[in-house]
Amino acid sequence: MSSVAAPARFGFHRPAAVDEAVRLLAEHPEAVPVAGGTDLMVAVNYRHTRPEAMLDLTGLAELREWTDEGDSVRIGSGVPYARITAELATVLPGLAAAARTVGSPQIRNRGTLGGNLATASPAGDGHPPLLATGATVEAVSVDGTRTIPIGEFYLGPKRSALKPGELITAVTVPKATGPQQFLKVGTRNAMVIAVCSFALALDLDTRRLGTGIGSAGPVPLTAPDAERLDLPWTDPARFDDALAAEFGRRVAAAARPIDDVRGTAAYRRHALAVCAARALRRVWTAAHERTGR
Amino acid sequence: MPEPVETPTPPQWAAGGVGQSPIRPDAESKVNGSFDYASDLAFEGMLWGHTLRSPHPKARIRSIDTAAARALPGVVAVLTAADVPGKLHYGLIEADQPVLAPGEVNYQGEAVAIVAAETLDLARRAAELVAVDYEVLEPLCDASKAVEAGEFFRYQPVRVGDPDTAEAAVVVAREYEVGMQDQAPLGPESGVAVPADGGLVLHVATQWLHSDLEQIAPCLGLEPERIHMAMAGIGGAFGAREDLSVQIHMAMLALRTGRPVKMMYDRAESFLGHVHRHPARMRYEHGADAEGRLVYVKAHIVLDGGAYASTSEAVVGNAASLAVGPYKVEHVGVDAWGARTNNPPCGAMRGFGGVQTCFAYESQMDALADALGLDPLEIRRRNSLAQGDQLITGQVVEAFDPAKAEDGRPFSPLRDLLGRFDDIPVPAVPAGRDIVELPGGTGNTTHGEGVRRGVGYGVGLKNICYSEGFDDYSTARVRLELVDGEPVAYVHTAAAEVGQGHWNLQQQIARTELGVERVVLLPNDTKVGSAGSSSASRQSYMTGGAVKAACEAVRELWADRDLADGPVEATRVFRHRATKPMDPVTGQGESHVQLALCVHRATVDVDVELGLVKVVDLTCVQDVGKILNPVALEGQIHGGSAQGLGLAVMEEIVTDEGRVKNASFTDYLIPTILDMPPMRLRIVENADPDAPYGLRGAGEPPTLSSTPAIVAAIRDATGLPLTRVPVRPEHLTVGRPS
Ligand SMILES: Cc1cc2nc3c(=O)[nH]c(=O)nc-3n(C[C@H](O)[C@H](O)[C@H](O)COP(=O)(O)OP(=O)(O)OC[C@H]3O[C@@H](n4cnc5c(N)ncnc54)[C@H](O)[C@@H]3O)c2cc1C
Repeated sequence: MSSVAAPARFGFHRPAAVDEAVRLLAEHPEAVPVAGGTDLMVAVNYRHTRPEAMLDLTGLAELREWTDEGDSVRIGSGVPYARITAELATVLPGLAAAARTVGSPQIRNRGTLGGNLATASPAGDGHPPLLATGATVEAVSVDGTRTIPIGEFYLGPKRSALKPGELITAVTVPKATGPQQFLKVGTRNAMVIAVCSFALALDLDTRRLGTGIGSAGPVPLTAPDAERLDLPWTDPARFDDALAAEFGRRVAAAARPIDDVRGTAAYRRHALAVCAARALRRVWTAAHERTGR
Repeated sequence: MPEPVETPTPPQWAAGGVGQSPIRPDAESKVNGSFDYASDLAFEGMLWGHTLRSPHPKARIRSIDTAAARALPGVVAVLTAADVPGKLHYGLIEADQPVLAPGEVNYQGEAVAIVAAETLDLARRAAELVAVDYEVLEPLCDASKAVEAGEFFRYQPVRVGDPDTAEAAVVVAREYEVGMQDQAPLGPESGVAVPADGGLVLHVATQWLHSDLEQIAPCLGLEPERIHMAMAGIGGAFGAREDLSVQIHMAMLALRTGRPVKMMYDRAESFLGHVHRHPARMRYEHGADAEGRLVYVKAHIVLDGGAYASTSEAVVGNAASLAVGPYKVEHVGVDAWGARTNNPPCGAMRGFGGVQTCFAYESQMDALADALGLDPLEIRRRNSLAQGDQLITGQVVEAFDPAKAEDGRPFSPLRDLLGRFDDIPVPAVPAGRDIVELPGGTGNTTHGEGVRRGVGYGVGLKNICYSEGFDDYSTARVRLELVDGEPVAYVHTAAAEVGQGHWNLQQQIARTELGVERVVLLPNDTKVGSAGSSSASRQSYMTGGAVKAACEAVRELWADRDLADGPVEATRVFRHRATKPMDPVTGQGESHVQLALCVHRATVDVDVELGLVKVVDLTCVQDVGKILNPVALEGQIHGGSAQGLGLAVMEEIVTDEGRVKNASFTDYLIPTILDMPPMRLRIVENADPDAPYGLRGAGEPPTLSSTPAIVAAIRDATGLPLTRVPVRPEHLTVGRPS
């Protein structure tokens, strides 16, 4: 019976600095970090988890800042979506567009990128633009700081490379070097978990495409085959529907969707193909206009 | 000595009276968050109750071991079927639902055991420790198979003329399906049972206090007089609070422990703990002459009632009697069943049996119009019932405004409504729209790519009040007395304020009838006679009628008296005209009290490549007889239309072999403000001379017609047949889900 007896006392820690936070986490391995609480508290209410203690991250001012690092932006893990949309739309248009689609205004005021990453739901809206831009995740523990490339972060549904005792302190996202798009399909016009989503970043310096697929596989995915599509860089006007459709097909082929209550696998593949084709057409057109050709 | 107050000669204009929109008495507290909903109740020394529910749609219970649960410190009682003090079953019409599962369970979520503990968390833990040994059995989840096997709550045919030999120039035959919608009230089921001198006080949020009491008392083995029912704050109902939920369970726990016991469902339990709208499969065949006039209609309607009866019987009656809508047809063959399966129980939801068939018959009218190359409004005009015509049940259409006649023809209330669209233009496509105005919204899925516009119409016919011979009534007690020299009216009823604005209306009626300014509403409870249910769009008619009658009686008493000599008081019971049951073989009978009509025009933008829909305009023309409160009425039309929109494009409880797959607001989607367009309303007042103030019940009709209007608009945009609601993105793109 002891396993279900009421916990002696619910522990609540509210550190004021990151080093104190990781020390507390090492001392109290049972403590669950909480940022916006928009994932965690739902899980608690649904009794999917019953934390014995919580480590409140909202007192850590360092996590609530973003800094311009020249070629990239380092976003504190505690910066809420509302600020990403409002403050970073010019430098990180893909991520800002994704942030705009998360939940409702209340959720965007509280929910954080750090929480989205730590939850590592394949449906999380933060993931595709981070994959498309090649972001890196910064994790800190009492053993020090390490940097995890985003491509190595997602291990399985709701499983990530984050280790016990580690906190996500920041995500570093390269600044856009060309147009970016994020498209999210849901059965409602707002406040909806993605049926599938797609992020695209066009890098005009290297002439490369970056992709990210959400909600269509056990983890957020990229579409390497689609990224290798030959684009008519020297004669942009040669871009046509057939090329966009081919890109869509390759993205759909990279997905590993399932049937569930939100949508069928067949629909997800179809919708990804449509979204990817539209995204490519949009970034191509924007790049073309921008470079004045 | 106060001046004698003059008796008014009503009905007269009174500040805040009938026809105006005074601020409702519950407005401030509901807006600022101080309103006490049932889930906010707390009593000293209160325990928390929790229900253990079956994870299986069908199973035999071999044994239940509660020892571990009882041994948990802080647990005060663990009860099973063996502890039910009185009758083992309850139900709204037929008492067939076990208070706690006796030896078998028949749906996922059926209550098996209840626990009372010092905290809610402990009660939940204790429930997890109750060991139930189930022998899992194969559930019956196909409603058609259930009907074939004779498993149904009611079969109701309607026969007129000779539908099988009637000849028609054009025939359209299709099958339709309606998914299981949920009322999704935001306030979860909740209440507190408080022991009091050998009896109980039950604080509960319900649609009908007296019906609850009638079902609760026998199960507790208590005389009804020993139970006092006190209404707790209601956070939405829409039919979900007609059936009992926490009532008997918390009462049993309070009786056993001698302490107040609170129960409150969380969202997942709420979805499992109340009935839903009946899903339906319907086969329709419409035959018409070359001008599009209906010759015959055949309909085979199977509603899935789930495991227990609830109100299935009455829902089937509505589905059958309203099966062809407000259209004139000579030959009719309708067969309607309410199947008994191991799916979640289904019962009352706004629209009550009228919603499912409305989707089918309106889709059929459009299909006929298509086949004949007629305008959708024109085909409806040509078939509109008029004054003196008969419904398929033989009921004569009357009580619309007989004074109105159209160039020699009898007045047709439907033609009247349809004509109002002539001067309401379809909205133009604006240029330079933000993504929130396009299908997919902030999802940024389209900047115009793949977007096509469509327009569609839907007409709904709804019965108002309880039908089929039910002896329905409501009771009101009104007292008038001088307070500080001013006359103050006290109104006492048991009518549930479910959000519709009924409290406000009672005050308005008292002001109009008595000419007083101050009207105090006494708490709704069982110290006054029954008010009937806040359902069937009936409360303005019935309790409104009762309050009006009691005020009239008070006025008469007041005429012979000076209020300074003491208060005057009257209690009145109000009844609507009698109705008759439907003939079990022919379906004939004047079964309905009042009929109400609503027409919607929907304009949608569809991203045809992604299957995403944005309803950009809903225009509604509704006949309400008499506008009692413009603001509340508009709210009802907006809300009903939104619920119809939900059914059209997103709302469905998805089950797999009897198991609910989406018992949460993450996956049971209801429309947000970005899904629901601003509405344009044309409210028509064709007074009903039989009804108080001429009113016509208004809460339900918009729920019927908005669904088919939206689907018709999506058909118009996509060219797809669309025979199932909700329409999902995959239906518009890759085909039906497996
Ligand atoms: C109504 C509603 C709508 C939603 N809509 C969307 C949506 O549209 N798209 C979407 O992607 N998500 C959505 N979500 C989910 C949620 O809002 C997001 O995943 C959000 O990013 C979570 O962030 P948070 O700060 O609230 O996380 P929390 O709930 O505080 O934490 C989530 C998890 O991450 C851990 N964690 C948090 N911060 C850190 C950190 N710095 N280091 C290590 N671990 C950490 C916590 O321990 C916990 O396990 C929605 C949620 C709700 C309630």
